[in-house]
Amino acid sequence: MKADPNRVLTGSHYLDGNHACAEGAIAAGCTFFGGYPITPSTEIAERVSRRFPKVGGVFIQMEDELASMAAILGASSGGAKTMSCTSGPGFSLMMENFGLGIMLETPCVLVNVQRGGPSTGLPTLPGQADMMQARWGSHGDYEVIALAPDSPQESFELTIHAFNLSEKYRMPVLIMTDECVGHMTEKVVIPPADQIELVERKYTKKKPGEAWPYDPDDDGISPLLPVGKGYKFHITGLTHDERGYPVITAKAHEWNVKRLMDKVNDHVDDIIWLEEQDVDGAEVVVMAYGISSRVMQPAISRARKEGIKVGQIKMVTVWPFPEKRVRELAAKVKSLVMVEMNLGQVFLEMDRCAAGKCRTHLVGHFGGTVHKPDEIYDAIKEAVK
Amino acid sequence: MSVSANQMTEEHPMEKLLRMDRIPHIWCPTCGLGTTVTALATAIDDLKLNYDNIAVVSGIGCTGRVAGYMKLDSFHTTHGRAIPFAVGLHIARPEMKTIVFSGDGDLVSIGGNHFIHTARRNVDMTVICVNNFIYAMTGGQVAPTTPLTARSSTSPYGNYEHPFNLPRLAASSGATYVARWTALHVRRLTQAIAEAISKKGFSFVEVIAPCSTLYARLNKLGSGLDLMKFYHDNAVIKHGADVNEVDIDFQSKIIVGKFVDIEKPTYLECLNEGNERVLGDKYKPWGGCNGDN
Repeated sequence: MKADPNRVLTGSHYLDGNHACAEGAIAAGCTFFGGYPITPSTEIAERVSRRFPKVGGVFIQMEDELASMAAILGASSGGAKTMSCTSGPGFSLMMENFGLGIMLETPCVLVNVQRGGPSTGLPTLPGQADMMQARWGSHGDYEVIALAPDSPQESFELTIHAFNLSEKYRMPVLIMTDECVGHMTEKVVIPPADQIELVERKYTKKKPGEAWPYDPDDDGISPLLPVGKGYKFHITGLTHDERGYPVITAKAHEWNVKRLMDKVNDHVDDIIWLEEQDVDGAEVVVMAYGISSRVMQPAISRARKEGIKVGQIKMVTVWPFPEKRVRELAAKVKSLVMVEMNLGQVFLEMDRCAAGKCRTHLVGHFGGTVHKPDEIYDAIKEAVK
Repeated sequence: MSVSANQMTEEHPMEKLLRMDRIPHIWCPTCGLGTTVTALATAIDDLKLNYDNIAVVSGIGCTGRVAGYMKLDSFHTTHGRAIPFAVGLHIARPEMKTIVFSGDGDLVSIGGNHFIHTARRNVDMTVICVNNFIYAMTGGQVAPTTPLTARSSTSPYGNYEHPFNLPRLAASSGATYVARWTALHVRRLTQAIAEAISKKGFSFVEVIAPCSTLYARLNKLGSGLDLMKFYHDNAVIKHGADVNEVDIDFQSKIIVGKFVDIEKPTYLECLNEGNERVLGDKYKPWGGCNGDN
């Protein structure tokens, strides 16, 4: 299915990451946005609130982030493509109903424009310290999909991609951007609508009375049941069976949670998106995501000029973590380096997967500003020893 | 009086609206939820509504289980968040009747903020709040509705916090319809629910119901049936009563009736009118996304 030309601002624009993200959502067919103001994400909500009335859609500023997350699940259940945006403190509040979205298996997109934390932290300055919260922030066992754009252009493109993944896998998808990308203004090229491929929501082909809400196809993903069409289905945040009915037993729980895990784990090759450069033959591979993957470039170029065999991996998807690829590389390289604007979060996964086969180095940062290239360069020099 | 064999029917009269494959339900005998669910089912039937066009949303707690027993599109959400979930659902499907059916702790304690803001926006939905004065599912803890001096498992020496007066809360927040009945006023409750569902805007029905297992026992009030009867017999019907004067004291008179019934544009009417006024032809009026699935 192609995007609706009435919703796509085809052309070259000068946009910041937040505005580009909003345009991505509109192009993807988002028609419901429930949000609550929070720096540095607010421009997404502001642009959506200006644009929706002209293209079709409802922006509603909810009373808090608990309500925003609940509302986008409700509207998605009603058939809309939905989104919300927030930052650290709001992300914490949204974790409650993010878990409901995981359990109900409701497609929607949640954007976290990361700032410094903990607590109110640094409202106007960047961080990447919510990455583990993105992975584990709601209670219980589950898998997540999280994308990390490094530019306004990617903010546009990955927002569309996030909607497509959420529809394909019937689950909430996270966009983990940050204040730098959100407020950085660059050229954004929006293609014609017929070049934007959208994934249509998969509804059941069965008739009312024959269909259940959790009846997976061969790919492990259950087609949704539409509301208002006589299916009279029930869905619950409680552990449930294929009918959506609560079943409070260990056996039902295993069936339910395993399915939530499997639908991501069985499709990691489809979901994981890495951009690799000069990895073959490298002695050191530097990994990063979001803004840090741009910040690492000068350091890597300098090291290469000096003859150091350094490869790089930009993680477009951070979750699910590219476990298989990191294990392969760990057997080949001297060192793996993780550059991230926190004190070691995704690094822990890299280190776990390296499993002692190579050395691992963290180039962490407290946040508030991006890394200095020298810090990364020094780490590469250390890593190649 | 005995019932002869030919008067018996195989079918439960509410079978068409209940998920019979989920019966027996989990509620205690003489809990007020049974009559309240019956009142909702009867109201839906009386209104001759298309069952396909009704959604029920519940939160967490004993009353939160209602969504699971109604044979309608039904959503059992998180604690306190039934209303904001329903806000999204209603905006996506404004042609459907959206009914939130939940308890006092769910709707006005953890969900209190959503309750007042959704009433303020006058979102077109019906909220049925079964008030049993206590957190029942979790074992009888004090609630924001527990009357002064009443005992609960976390107010063992009697509650000393002022409780909410729910009709006043709903009315002052902007509800267009506010009524209160007890679970034993089945006919009047049914009529109130039917009126609330038909009402354009945020309509609210409070149902005073006994918690037979916890509230009745902890306060030595006899059986659930005794308590249900007490509420009924001590109810004073006062339509149009000033909502400032309908507070509930421990085991005293309860003022019931229809307190508010006003006309006011709904959230979606305001949204469409407001945007059209400013944007004119450029505005794409919102009619939901029924065509999308």
